[in-house]
Amino acid sequence: MSAEPGPEPALVVDCTGMRCPRPIIELSKRFGEIEIGQVIGVVADDPAARADVPAWCRMRDQEYAGERPATDDAALYLVRRIS
Amino acid sequence: MDEPVGVASVVGVEETVYLDAATTEPLHPAAKEVLLAAYDDGWADPRALHQPGRRAALLFDNAREVVAHLLGARHDEVTFTPSGTAAIQAGLAGAAAARERVGRVVVHSAVEHSAVLHTAAWLAGRGGEVRSVPVNATGRVDPEKFAAEATGPEVAVACLQQANHEVGTIQPVEDVAAICHDAGVPLLVDAAAAAGRVEPTRGWSVLAASARKWGGPSGIGVLAVRKGVRWRQPWPDDERGYVNVPGALAAAAALQAVVAERAETTRRQSELVDRIRTEVAATIPDVEVVGDPDRRLPHLVTFSCLNVDGEALVTELARRGFGVASGSACTASTLEPSHVLAAMGALTHGNVRVSLTRDTTEDEVERFVAQLPEVVTQQRARVGL
Repeated sequence: MSAEPGPEPALVVDCTGMRCPRPIIELSKRFGEIEIGQVIGVVADDPAARADVPAWCRMRDQEYAGERPATDDAALYLVRRIS
Repeated sequence: MDEPVGVASVVGVEETVYLDAATTEPLHPAAKEVLLAAYDDGWADPRALHQPGRRAALLFDNAREVVAHLLGARHDEVTFTPSGTAAIQAGLAGAAAARERVGRVVVHSAVEHSAVLHTAAWLAGRGGEVRSVPVNATGRVDPEKFAAEATGPEVAVACLQQANHEVGTIQPVEDVAAICHDAGVPLLVDAAAAAGRVEPTRGWSVLAASARKWGGPSGIGVLAVRKGVRWRQPWPDDERGYVNVPGALAAAAALQAVVAERAETTRRQSELVDRIRTEVAATIPDVEVVGDPDRRLPHLVTFSCLNVDGEALVTELARRGFGVASGSACTASTLEPSHVLAAMGALTHGNVRVSLTRDTTEDEVERFVAQLPEVVTQQRARVGL
């Protein structure tokens, strides 16, 4: 995890307590709500999100903007919309 | 009144198109025949000095000879174990024990079978250390990077699978083996997914395999320790050893038959797998076929579908009569996703592994690929996508 705080998300979707692939499904559903150049954040405590958010970005040609701790158990995963 | 418990026989199981050979290949007909005969002739303890014992010993030696020859080993290098996992445990822990004075580091690729990971973790809990070598997006290690780690300071043993059990990617074992050999570091090769299906690999110091993966019976593993490689019994001695003579004979018969049919089977399976790869990519949106497209096992293909629950997918396919496996966390006993898919940077959910048996037909594959798009669409529609 980098020391940099990372970009501020325009929208945060709280998926705490959701099992895979629900956090990714929520990301897919809500992604259209942000503008190109903006960042969406997904808060998830399911361990699969760590692999699947970057994979989602690769498959959808969007930019993965890293993660940072959200709570003790959950991380905030950041995605920048580039198209 | 308590009814006595009888041995159940399963009746009324509907026909399933079984596409999970990478977990267990159905028993080869040649093995079935030998298994039954061996219960007549090879039931005794082969270490006993009486006639039935000697007959069992002859049969057992023959099984060892055949398996050794077909896996590229000498017959006195091979032992049978109660499972593939037991072969990995004994092989890895024994190689590490013999090298304790040199170092206690176990190096393995990030995509090894969990039996390797668990044994390495067990050794780490006893004063060892584990170093995991990353893989690229196809699941393959860089041979130079792997060899650099394997020949690093205080390395006791390095582990590299011949081919990956989840995605089928073949590893550069021989490139790595030469460097390990020069450095005097033993290399354990887990050949469980590959044995019988592709040419045996050379260069291993310790080799592990599992008969049920090639159409032999369950409960038979193979452990080979190359002559001159140091290995020390890592747990209490078992002077009786493990001697399942009928199982070993059936394993040998299956391997012999599978190798004899290999060229033909490989050609047929590669064509069918290519068909699945092409069809899945063409008919399902947001899908990713994972694993090396060329350097791979002939019978196995894995893909992940975005926004689909792997468990729901496998369950619905089972309901429609198709038996497949999944590396998605929701189908496992833990919440952790497949460490193989995660190490490759592949999508870990919505994952399906299709592995063909020796007699999977074109018609079965066509029926499978024809139903798949509808099943995926249905699952996505359920969550509003």
